[in-house]
Amino acid sequence: MRSRIPVILLACGSFNPTTNMHMRLFELARDHLHQTGRYQVIEGIMSPVSDKYGKKGLVSARHRVAMAKLALETSDWIRVDPWESEQDTWTETVKVLRHHYNEALRAFQSKEFMRNRHPTESSTGDSLSYQQPVLPELKLLCGADFLQTFKTPNLWKEEDIKEIVEKFGLVCVSRAGSDPSQFIQESDLLSEFQHNIFLVREWIQNEVSATQIRSALCRGLSVKYLIPDSVIAYIAQHNVYAVESERRNEGHLLQPLRLQNT
Amino acid sequence: DPDGKTEVVLLACGSFNPITNMHLRLFELAKDYLHETGKYKVIKGIISPVGDAYKKKGLISANHRVTMAKLATKNSDWVEVDDWESCQSEWLETLKVLRYHHQKLSSADVTNSLQEAVPITKLGRKRKQEPNRHEPIKKKNQSPVVKSVPQVKLLCGSDMLESFGIPNLWKLEDITEIVEKHGLVCISRAGNNVQKFIYESDILWRHKNNIHLVEEWITNDISSTKIRRALRRGQSIRYLVPEAVGAYIARHGLYSAESEDRNAGLLLAPLQKHAGDPRSSRAL
Repeated sequence: MRSRIPVILLACGSFNPTTNMHMRLFELARDHLHQTGRYQVIEGIMSPVSDKYGKKGLVSARHRVAMAKLALETSDWIRVDPWESEQDTWTETVKVLRHHYNEALRAFQSKEFMRNRHPTESSTGDSLSYQQPVLPELKLLCGADFLQTFKTPNLWKEEDIKEIVEKFGLVCVSRAGSDPSQFIQESDLLSEFQHNIFLVREWIQNEVSATQIRSALCRGLSVKYLIPDSVIAYIAQHNVYAVESERRNEGHLLQPLRLQNT
Repeated sequence: DPDGKTEVVLLACGSFNPITNMHLRLFELAKDYLHETGKYKVIKGIISPVGDAYKKKGLISANHRVTMAKLATKNSDWVEVDDWESCQSEWLETLKVLRYHHQKLSSADVTNSLQEAVPITKLGRKRKQEPNRHEPIKKKNQSPVVKSVPQVKLLCGSDMLESFGIPNLWKLEDITEIVEKHGLVCISRAGNNVQKFIYESDILWRHKNNIHLVEEWITNDISSTKIRRALRRGQSIRYLVPEAVGAYIARHGLYSAESEDRNAGLLLAPLQKHAGDPRSSRAL
């Protein structure tokens, strides 16, 4: 019996703030991969971008990580990893993928090492279910809009995109109306690796964009049931979003664009 | 209320099979909207799940639906669940539920609660319910506190409003009383046809000031039908319904192919009731 390939899903983004939609992406991706019969999703990682990204309205990483933690409190498989947000400079997505892959590999190898040290424990396992342990794969989880940004001039390095789709893989969730497969067909690079790009359709539309959330908050409108109650409470307590916070980085160039121009 | 604002209670009737984040959002959107007009103060939200006698396909027991709604509103300080409608052995018209809640609020409001209140609507007209009452309560004589009864408005999505046009589903006189005496707060997605629907109906047009249209800019299409479908397919519904509701559904194994078949082939209660009734078969 061929065993399933363990998969870790990594989502990079501003998470400014984390919304129910962000968390839905993980659930949808997991269901989709499981239903292929070939994968077993073992972990989900949310990686908020560093403040150095320079996006308009981006509040401090301290808050964004705290809010993500609150949002994921009730999840038993998704966690926040602050590594990316703690780096001194903005980090390319491919580097974040590499970092987390190395971490996963290290954990896998130490588990294997421990298992080999104590062979008696492994032999008591059911012979049918004992499988040669399979190396985990790390895939980038994103929405269709993220995929489209591959087209934005100077935002991505060609070689990075190649590494992402070739070495890692993409799980792209799109809403009922849109279909990114055409976009993929129009790109030689993406077409070449389409076997490693998983397209997940979200039929239950739930387009809670963080931008709309911030806008609602600034206007004193309710965002209950769009983001977790614990995040709402945190935002209120720390006064995270206001007209001032929306002006942060106004007029500045996004860090990746700045780098490309130099 | 002392600011001169009209107090409003929002009443949502429906299957809530199950309740979702979208249902809960309706209340939040309606409250924000009414407050922003500066004319209203929303003091309460009521979720009234329909009784089992409604006979809708896939409708599971009211006990579960009411429990889930209660779990969902646990963390709300103004929205609550009322199970009066669900406890009735026969299906009840929405108007009757509106009247019941209006009555309940009136009795609560009258400080002198010894006798039955004659509910006096904002329009100053006696309601049809009590034709034998001859004099209105002279509140000034009875108590120094003169309080007008809060308005109970029906909260719904555009699908319910547009269902007014389905033959035999509603009685024309009910629709008239709902929009005339109570009012509607209708939440719809950007780019909807609701305004056109109102325009094309004389009754709705006449009372359009009492029909508040609220646009939902954040697309949120979490219908109960889709939730039930996802559950049948073993897919996750997390973050679409409140945690406690998801846990309850899992614990009790609600919603399956079998439950979806309940009432299959049966006629919906209002259709059954109004069949052959000339007052309802006319198009709106």
